[in-house]
Amino acid sequence: MGGGLLAWISQMSGKDLPRWVTLFTMLAGLIISCALWWQYRGSAFTTGTDGWLITYSVSWIPEFGISFSLALDGLSLLMLMLSFFLGVTAVLISWTEIQDKVGFFHFNLLWVLAGICGVFLTMDTFLLYFFWEVMIIPMYFLIGIWGHENKRYAAFKFFIYTQASGLLMLLSILALYFVHGAATGQYTYDYRLLLDTPMDPDTSRWIMLGFLVAFAVKLPVVPFHTWLPDAHSQAPTAGSVILAGLLLKTGAYGVLRFVIPLFPESSHEIAPWAMALGVLGILYGAILAFAQTDLKRLVAYTSVSHMGFVMLGAFSFNELALQGVVMQMITHGISTGALFLIAGLLSERIHTRDITRMGGFWQSMPRLGGISLVFVMASLGLPGLGNFVAEFLTLIGSWQANRTLTVLGAIGVVGATIYSLRIMQRVFYGPKSEIAEDKLPDLSGREKLIMVPMVVLIILLGLMPQFVLDTSRAAMTNILKSIPVINSDVPTATIKQGGDHDLR
Amino acid sequence: MKPIPVEAGLILAGILFMLGLISVLIRRNIIFMLISVEIMLNAAGLAFITAGARWVQADGQVMFIFILTMAAAEVSVGLALILQIYHQLKTLDSDAANTMRG
Amino acid sequence: MELLWLIPILPYLGATLLILVGSMISRKQVPLIGAGSIGLAALATAVVGIDFLSSGQPYFQQTLWRWMNVGGLDIGITLSLDVLSLVFIFVITFVGFLIHIYSSEFMHDDEGYARFFVFMNLFVGSMLMLVLAGNLVVMYLGWEGVGLCSYLLIGFWYREEKNGHAARKAFILTRVGDTALAIGLFMLFQHLGTLDFREISARAPQVFTVGSETVVIIAFLLLGGAVGKSAQLPLQTWLPDAMAGPSPVSALIHAATMVTAGVYIIARTHVIFELAPSAQQAVATVGALTLLLAGCSAMMQYDLKRILAYSTISQIGYMFLALGVGAWSAAIFHFMIHAFFKALLFLGAGTVIALLHHEHDIFRMGGLRRSMPTVYWTFLIGAASLAAIPLVTAGFYSKDQILWLALAGEKGNGWLFTAALTGAFVTAIYTFRMVFVAFWGEEKTHPAHHAGTAMLLPLIVLAVLSTVAGFIELPHTLGHVQLFSDYLNPVLPEVRMNEALIHDEWIVQLGAALFTFGGIYIAYLFYIQQPHLLPPVKTYFSGLRTYWLAGWGFDAVYNALFVRPFVGIATINKNDVADRLSDGMVAITNYFHRLFAWTQSGIMRWYMMGIVIGTIMVVTISMLINT
Repeated sequence: MGGGLLAWISQMSGKDLPRWVTLFTMLAGLIISCALWWQYRGSAFTTGTDGWLITYSVSWIPEFGISFSLALDGLSLLMLMLSFFLGVTAVLISWTEIQDKVGFFHFNLLWVLAGICGVFLTMDTFLLYFFWEVMIIPMYFLIGIWGHENKRYAAFKFFIYTQASGLLMLLSILALYFVHGAATGQYTYDYRLLLDTPMDPDTSRWIMLGFLVAFAVKLPVVPFHTWLPDAHSQAPTAGSVILAGLLLKTGAYGVLRFVIPLFPESSHEIAPWAMALGVLGILYGAILAFAQTDLKRLVAYTSVSHMGFVMLGAFSFNELALQGVVMQMITHGISTGALFLIAGLLSERIHTRDITRMGGFWQSMPRLGGISLVFVMASLGLPGLGNFVAEFLTLIGSWQANRTLTVLGAIGVVGATIYSLRIMQRVFYGPKSEIAEDKLPDLSGREKLIMVPMVVLIILLGLMPQFVLDTSRAAMTNILKSIPVINSDVPTATIKQGGDHDLR
Repeated sequence: MKPIPVEAGLILAGILFMLGLISVLIRRNIIFMLISVEIMLNAAGLAFITAGARWVQADGQVMFIFILTMAAAEVSVGLALILQIYHQLKTLDSDAANTMRG
Repeated sequence: MELLWLIPILPYLGATLLILVGSMISRKQVPLIGAGSIGLAALATAVVGIDFLSSGQPYFQQTLWRWMNVGGLDIGITLSLDVLSLVFIFVITFVGFLIHIYSSEFMHDDEGYARFFVFMNLFVGSMLMLVLAGNLVVMYLGWEGVGLCSYLLIGFWYREEKNGHAARKAFILTRVGDTALAIGLFMLFQHLGTLDFREISARAPQVFTVGSETVVIIAFLLLGGAVGKSAQLPLQTWLPDAMAGPSPVSALIHAATMVTAGVYIIARTHVIFELAPSAQQAVATVGALTLLLAGCSAMMQYDLKRILAYSTISQIGYMFLALGVGAWSAAIFHFMIHAFFKALLFLGAGTVIALLHHEHDIFRMGGLRRSMPTVYWTFLIGAASLAAIPLVTAGFYSKDQILWLALAGEKGNGWLFTAALTGAFVTAIYTFRMVFVAFWGEEKTHPAHHAGTAMLLPLIVLAVLSTVAGFIELPHTLGHVQLFSDYLNPVLPEVRMNEALIHDEWIVQLGAALFTFGGIYIAYLFYIQQPHLLPPVKTYFSGLRTYWLAGWGFDAVYNALFVRPFVGIATINKNDVADRLSDGMVAITNYFHRLFAWTQSGIMRWYMMGIVIGTIMVVTISMLINT
């Protein structure tokens, strides 16, 4: 079913159809994935073979063992819902922003999304590479054609970084293919068959590094993050939203889905380093975010900082941290997506992204201000909003794995406070800036339609995250099963405090 | 009649070829360069004829006719190019035609 | 009792309603929703409280829904009511309600009227969440919510750059403490496998031995959180700056919410602290040091609200001291009394400032006792309570209990007592300096208009409370009434006394009274009777004065140690060092590009030369190889 959906998207996008078609496609996708979620809600997301809810497989190039094979589990389902939700907002936000080459723009948008959904669903490593490329190229066009003043530079940088890392991944995929073939006599790219490939530690380490680098660039982990601020600040708003909300998540998803289960021993070996890089990213991103004057660049660095939590959590190897990572992926998608939307709305009004020239906008735009406040608070991890649940779970999980790094990560939260408050202060508070003198319009109906669901969603995720956690639980335990060493010092005593549910 | 020794024919062809090559390299007028190329082609043709006479085979003459047709084609294309260059640049200096410099 | 969930929800509901319809309704309706929701919450508190006390249950717990349940961590949105939280919700809703009534007039002409009530309601709601929380994570929810609201309210008048600065400082400094608290939480979870308060209390004594390293670290981390929120050393610097907000906000922060959160969490986790004697010692020391430092700073301030701010830090110091010596109920008692008189003082100060065209400097006031008698008398009652004038004020009974227990409690000692006594002396000086300078003497500024009933009524109610609330707990020497500590007994253990000293209580009381009156006399001497004596003293201590005026220079030290390096690193690295890596690659590529582009000269003869040379080389090489 997921495969049919995907094909449908591609077909639709092949034609040069304008906004409505795209919007309807996205909505249909959203509805279908929500319906799927509703359907499997009761079954605790554990049906099917090996925890896969739906599988779909067509042989593609049988000579090389390549098949068009998709599968859906709780984690992919969540990511799909997120993708379509952000897709809808991306279409809505570019309703007025994009005026030339409308058809091509939406064509690219849909293709990026198709690629992303493909990555979230694929069960074939070769197909993974295929989708990986499918999402890079339209993104390149999105940045390069509809970007801002320095768009070419940003587009090239984005393309070269991701492409180079993608090639490393291709090498690793091929290596894995041959290693598996040599060991078992069956040459295949199928993820489920590759899961238990016997490998000697050295080979495994190198192949894993190839995957990891590809995902780390996408995530991005600190030394490889420099494409991100440029790409973000130059991309059109919809591009930034997709980039921050979804493309980065493919990196996180890749780590969870491919790196850890395929190479459990090697990941365990490299875990302290990966976690250290994550923490470095948290702190480094926070400091850099504080220094930026370009609003979108600032938000981009906050992404670097937040994605550090993903690295920290993913390599802690316990359920708390992994669930935290899943939450982080979703809530960061929404909150940072929303911050980019806000940046886009602002620059649509005042034609600059320079926060030193902003200030005192609260008076003319109290609604936008209030909504920004919610997302700024989300980004600094205020309890009651989604990001808190994510960061709390990640940190409490990583505490079991590595204390020093957790403490440093927690300090990063203070850094988040500093840069987040700076956004609020510079843009909405403070004395009126020159630009604010002209009457700036507050949110229009369409903009409200975009922002209000996001606010509702982030609060919902903050207060009742359980439905997300339930959805991804089976997937996470599957990942954990592949890890040989599970920290044993987590107290197993489960607390029964929901026993007396008395809401009379 | 004493046949001309093969060496003499080959040496003449070599000298002609060298003359052509040198003048291609040192001439700046593009028409002279074309003529020099013609000289080099004909030198090669002479070498073929000489060799064909030496082994009493028709291959050498076949090759020469082949070269002749090719030279004709080449001259026509070359002259067309020269005309274009002159048209564009108002000069026949080959060094001036360096607009393709990287 | 099932209405318990209504108490925190009502303020939130009020806030949501105001957000949604705030721009559509008239100014009259705004406080109706804003203050009304708090009033209803107070009503609900009364109903629930009476119900709870008459039922005689030790506690009542209500889980609204499951928050998160992951790998052994099961957290519900759980509300839990016991006598300790009942005191707190009573003070919060009741004092909060009075402050809301007051603000309905105070803020009436402000453009952000609705916004103000939204934030105030959120503030009260979060604080209620904090004290009603059944587990540490829900408490953390309220804890951070309070921090957020304080940020929003301190920076309420957002046009001024310095207000924004003060607001951010408050949020960031408390966040530093919160981080410590969060790490404490992780450790508790790791070792106890639970974050539920009741289970922590039950399991901790089984898991930890007294004074073991882990529990001491946990206690210190909890203390770190408490210190941040309650503005104690070394994270106290945000509170004086927090005066940038409107006066009702200050009253709310200081009296009913925010700063008392630290006291609450230590009282709530007292089991942990009892297992970690050194941490408890640290609590007492922090309290003693803070009350002295802040008291000294308060003596030098000339901004009315800053004096009160430092006095709050100092009074919270007393509460910490009490907690540190194990006098749990004394600390909570002082909290309650302090809430009454500090709210009174802030609201009074707010009235004065508002009527005098936003004049903060006490030396430009003067003679106000004639022009605004109601404010004067209520303010005087509050000040008397703050200075702890014996017998007639509530502040005396609560503070006297702390002084006594600092000496005679099992964990008390002479040093703590001396500090507390000196603190009492200093308190009397700065309190009455403030009263004498601002309300006595010649009139320097005439009030613009008169305060309305909505502002005066809360003052009178609070003044009455600041006087009579003390009589529910009288010391042994004066009637021996123990209503309050008996009431708290189910939750907080009784203080263990040092038996040797038990009969000397009256000496301590007498000494405290003497010091109080001595302080008042000194203030009177210097500011009313013989003002000419003051300048020589001032010049003599001029160095110390500037130091104290700046709050012991903590700000300067923090600026130099943390803020500047951070900003410095950030600014230097604005363009991201890691970006040089890719730039470097670009540079290398460019270099080769130029190198190869040079060979592409476009001169035909060069190319031919190249061909010729190449051919010759190939021929030569092949000949060499063949031979």
